[in-house]
Amino acid sequence: MFRRINEKIIESCIKLSGLLVIIFVFLIFLFLLKDSISLFGQYPIGQFLFGRNWLPISEPPKFGIVPLLLGSIYVTIGAIVICVPFGVAAAMFIAEVAPGYLKHVLKSLIEILASIPSVVLGFIGIVWLGPFLRNTFGLKTGMCGLTGSLLLAFMALPTIISICEDALVGVPRTYKEAAFGLGATHWQTLWRIILPAASSGIIAAVMLGIGRVIGETMVVMMVTGNAPVIPKSILEPLRTLTATIAGEMGETVGGSEHYFALFAVGVVLFIITFMINLVADVCMRRAKK
Amino acid sequence: MVNFMVSLSNPMEIETTIETKNLNLYYGDFRALNDVNIKIPGRNVTAIIGPSGCGKSTLLRCFNRMNDLTENAKVQGKIIIEGNNILELETDLIFLRKKVGMVFQRPNVFDLSIYNNLKFGLRIHRMLSDKDHIMQAIQSGLEQVNLWQELKDKLRKNARSLTLEQQQRLCIARVIILKPDIILLDEPCSALDPIATLRIEELLRILRQQYTLVIVTHNMQQAARVSDYTGFMYLGQLIEFGETNQIFTNPGEKLTENYISGYFG
Repeated sequence: MFRRINEKIIESCIKLSGLLVIIFVFLIFLFLLKDSISLFGQYPIGQFLFGRNWLPISEPPKFGIVPLLLGSIYVTIGAIVICVPFGVAAAMFIAEVAPGYLKHVLKSLIEILASIPSVVLGFIGIVWLGPFLRNTFGLKTGMCGLTGSLLLAFMALPTIISICEDALVGVPRTYKEAAFGLGATHWQTLWRIILPAASSGIIAAVMLGIGRVIGETMVVMMVTGNAPVIPKSILEPLRTLTATIAGEMGETVGGSEHYFALFAVGVVLFIITFMINLVADVCMRRAKK
Repeated sequence: MVNFMVSLSNPMEIETTIETKNLNLYYGDFRALNDVNIKIPGRNVTAIIGPSGCGKSTLLRCFNRMNDLTENAKVQGKIIIEGNNILELETDLIFLRKKVGMVFQRPNVFDLSIYNNLKFGLRIHRMLSDKDHIMQAIQSGLEQVNLWQELKDKLRKNARSLTLEQQQRLCIARVIILKPDIILLDEPCSALDPIATLRIEELLRILRQQYTLVIVTHNMQQAARVSDYTGFMYLGQLIEFGETNQIFTNPGEKLTENYISGYFG
């Protein structure tokens, strides 16, 4: 009798924790949505989505998110272009080439890489990488999109490497045997057989990497120059969606138009990350099959 | 079933394709092959039988040096294929494995289309570059394993969507397309149902006219049905080797007789 009650209590506790997570996610989204919808009573949604100026304290204020959206996209694309080839290559090396002891060393090093706080990377960006890029490319300032991209690439690498590595290791060993049996070299096997077989997992890794990059705030706020203008190139100062929210939220009056506009930016960010994670999830599931 | 155990010619006239001399193989300290001396005749089906763990697969995997992939496997002795000792350091493994193809226990088609599964070998050996020639080679490969009629309209489909029997046939086609001299088959039917097994055996009988086939099997009836020569292995040693007919009806060793009559195995 007592045991049965005990079982029931534990079971309902577990059920409750599970439900709570779902409820929290739902509430967060509702909360964001409620406050951002308040903006569109006062400010037209078309001007918000397609406006080319973000001037929250001018008279009248302008809340066009195109410069911020472009800022985020520039930095993200830059970071992905840099980190995907490195990440996939590193994963290939760890999964297929490196001898046992090196594999362990590299894997723990990558875990350490993942645990570097982003503010430390931002610091390195301000002190070293920014000035270095300024001198190399002859820029007016080193605080630009590229600096952010490089540091974000660095931050996304651990995610990409470890998920890619899992995908590569998950390819059945029999493929390798078959390819070697046909006279293929190690490289041919890796490139033409193992990589295609792991492709869904690799796409998932890239998507999760993008999700990580697009949501990152501290680094981009510290090193990208925070200029809410439409960037002409990645070598110019720009500002991302995340940095805008983090940078301006402290200065706004609760309930003001500006305050609601920042919530609306949050919803846009939420939708973007949600889509990316969804794609990653679909790919992961396909990879498991 | 057609009985194929008739021996047509004197074994002395038949050319030896694979010959081993005092072949030993160690996995660490374990001696998996113990002084194996075998002469496998060409253009015939040779079966290697024996209880599991007797080293028959290990022996087969020596013939195209697949044991190189196994860590801590050490091989001593000589394996002479077409006059060359393939255990020499300077052996070109890529060329060797093209000449000595292998079909594995479980059908291991790649996670690619049927077309690309077959094209892979042609591509890595830079055999054909012209699209039409590749298509011809693929067609003739599939025809030889009786798959062309079934698959000619779905060459772009993923090969893993085929039945296990089709997959195993495709694996054989993938080897044949490289024009090998020898095909090694490591229990090629163990993942298949009895009817598919019979059909694959039928295929092997046709292929023996063009290739030297060496098949490892734990299924004695299969060995009796498909092979011209049989070797019996026990605990890493080759106990007896001879014409299948003779091994199964009049074995020279007591051990072989006991195995064949089912006292152990």
